[in-house]
Amino acid sequence: MIADIAKGAAVLFVAAIVQVTLLSQIDVFYGAPDLVLVTLVAVALLRGTIFGAAAGFGAGLVVDTATLQTLGVSSLLLTIAGYWIGRYGETTGRDRSHAPFVSVAVVTLLYSLGALILHYMLGDPASASRVLLDAFPFELIFNLILTLPVYALCRRLFRPPPTGLEEVRLLG
Amino acid sequence: MAGVLVLLSIALITIYFRESSGGGLHQVQSVGATVLRPFEVAADRVSRPFRDAYGYFAGLVHAKSENGRLRRDLDKWRQEATQNAYAASEKTDLLKKLHFVNSRSFPGGFGFVGADIISQPPTAFAQQVVIAAGSASGIRKFDPVVTGEGLVGTVVRVTHKQSLVALLIDDTTSVVALDVKTRAQGIVKAGSSFDHVGKDQRVEAGDKLVTAGWKLGGLSSIYPPGIPIGQVTAVGQNDVDLYKHVKLQPFADFKTLSSVLVLIPKNR
Repeated sequence: MIADIAKGAAVLFVAAIVQVTLLSQIDVFYGAPDLVLVTLVAVALLRGTIFGAAAGFGAGLVVDTATLQTLGVSSLLLTIAGYWIGRYGETTGRDRSHAPFVSVAVVTLLYSLGALILHYMLGDPASASRVLLDAFPFELIFNLILTLPVYALCRRLFRPPPTGLEEVRLLG
Repeated sequence: MAGVLVLLSIALITIYFRESSGGGLHQVQSVGATVLRPFEVAADRVSRPFRDAYGYFAGLVHAKSENGRLRRDLDKWRQEATQNAYAASEKTDLLKKLHFVNSRSFPGGFGFVGADIISQPPTAFAQQVVIAAGSASGIRKFDPVVTGEGLVGTVVRVTHKQSLVALLIDDTTSVVALDVKTRAQGIVKAGSSFDHVGKDQRVEAGDKLVTAGWKLGGLSSIYPPGIPIGQVTAVGQNDVDLYKHVKLQPFADFKTLSSVLVLIPKNR
């Protein structure tokens, strides 16, 4: 468990640093890949609700700190995203090959919507058409492209948790 | 656990949002950003070559599209510049005509009709142009044609809406002219020579020639007196010929002619 926490922290920390230094500079019609979100989805799918929520909270704190944005905004959104995808992974999604792509697609949309609403509530200038019509399609495409390699990496780092079946041995 | 984290996030947002920029959370964030700074710098340095490569290729794509756009802009501005230059030259031309019409050298007893040249001489043999005004505008055969610079020629054929003008430089055009300075009289032929000037008359290079506008009994010149024709460029004579050899340069620039004034007698 501690090893998982360390690996998760390291992966998301690297993802956050790469996100704020490199990927956020890619701008195609205001859309940019969100490596933190994709990594969080992968981790949450593999490790469940609590791990996903905690990872989202931590990753959000790093992002908000590094970008000097309102502290807690990214944490809130990523915590909810991590929890929700973790729940999906714990119930039906984990062993399905399409689960990472579906999760990333849905979370990208909900994350954009949530961020938009939150920024509205905080009084930040935010254009709904720019976020949802211009940026979202490209962000979705970028995130789906990132999903395969990121999920494959996370799957290697976070082996599926023991199911208990390993302990059953046929004797005789 | 997740609920606690959500509540913690909301608390962070609330406190951060309500506190001043020197508040505790801001300071914590500042310290955090300072701690993260080396990692960001390292990531930036590691990714710099890739970003530069991406920027280079993206710049090439951008430069290509921008090149196309700038070329279209250039074509557009070039056309506008040409139109503006044409409008400016036309304005200058019209101002010269206006100045001529309002000047004392404009012949008395004449009105005028302005007309654009709609057809230029097709060959070097027939120095004639077609103008966009005809008998409907009051133009008749042999009406003199001028510009702001001076005499252009004569109307030699008239239709309802168009007229054919034989230019001063046409071989068929002859104008009785007068040296303004010495009063020497002769005939300007084809706009290039001042003929029939007796050896006893004085003509010098640089002298200006105008139409003489003679009258003889019931006959008179088709050109009113005093219309500038050109300037003497060379004078010579020999023992054999009866007259001087005088060359002149017409004032009107026939290569850039675009519109003219047709002089119409008021008493017609």
